[in-house]
Amino acid sequence: MFLAYVPLAMLWGTMAAAKGFTPLDALLMSFFVYAGASQFIAVDMWKEPLPVLLLILTAFIVNLRHFLMAASISRHIQQVPKFLQPLLMYVLTDEAWAIAERQALNGPLSLGYYLGVAAPLWPIWFLSSALGAVIGQSLGNVAALGDFGLAAMFITIIAGFWKGPRTGAVIGVSALVAALAKIYVPGRWYILLGGLAGVAVAALLHVEEEVKGPEDTIEKGTP
Amino acid sequence: MNSFFNVHWEWLLAILGIGLATYATRLSGLLLMRGIEVKGRAKAALDALPPSVLMAVITPTVLMTGKAETLAAFITAIAATLRLPLLATMVIGVGSVWALKKLGI
Repeated sequence: MFLAYVPLAMLWGTMAAAKGFTPLDALLMSFFVYAGASQFIAVDMWKEPLPVLLLILTAFIVNLRHFLMAASISRHIQQVPKFLQPLLMYVLTDEAWAIAERQALNGPLSLGYYLGVAAPLWPIWFLSSALGAVIGQSLGNVAALGDFGLAAMFITIIAGFWKGPRTGAVIGVSALVAALAKIYVPGRWYILLGGLAGVAVAALLHVEEEVKGPEDTIEKGTP
Repeated sequence: MNSFFNVHWEWLLAILGIGLATYATRLSGLLLMRGIEVKGRAKAALDALPPSVLMAVITPTVLMTGKAETLAAFITAIAATLRLPLLATMVIGVGSVWALKKLGI
């Protein structure tokens, strides 16, 4: 399972290289950000002059799901010293979270178990990113292929989040609003506007009687 | 030419900002929500965030580029339901764009 990050990180690295990232740039971004979906989106938006605030805001919104995961994990690591807990959150990715939650069904998470699952993924991610950028640099411009490659990857991740017709309504409205915003709003705001419109639909369509366990939430996706 | 170890220092600020925003989402879940369970409408909204944002990201590529891209997106979506490895699905997606364009669509 540790190897699942390698092709993904390398792919990200090649796309970053197509936008002018050096391998060390790519390594630094994967080191400091360490969140796959938002890194792919950020590189897609990467164009001088950098829309720094929009990049930061978009990353924040895209990663808000980690808020839920951290909140859920926090219930299982109460016995870990308080000063260590913030450090554990740095390596909390979708995959690490899913595995840790499964283990937590059998009792509290030990520090060793959590770190054993979550910590190795981080260096794998940033080293593979740098390797991907090395390959990307030598390949030259692979952006033409990368464009639909990114779309295909995101379609796969969306399918992993599929929970029935309501998800269809969410992504339908998101696409509609994003398309309108793409036409009428300059810049890259369509990502936030479409994304938030879909979330609003999810909130509106929510029916209270559903009872779901924590393991029933986000299981798929990139870190 | 970019060499391996060059760094765009002026980019690092943006990278650190994105990193801080990301860490903030992970840390706030721990600090603000210690022991509290998010549920109901708020949870439904947060659960919908990833697919919704990802759909918005790909909308210009899959719905506003051309017929080949839109058709290929549907093919990819069907392939995605087969639960193949991620890379296999991506190859199917990129391959179908290529094939559809070859066919003149």
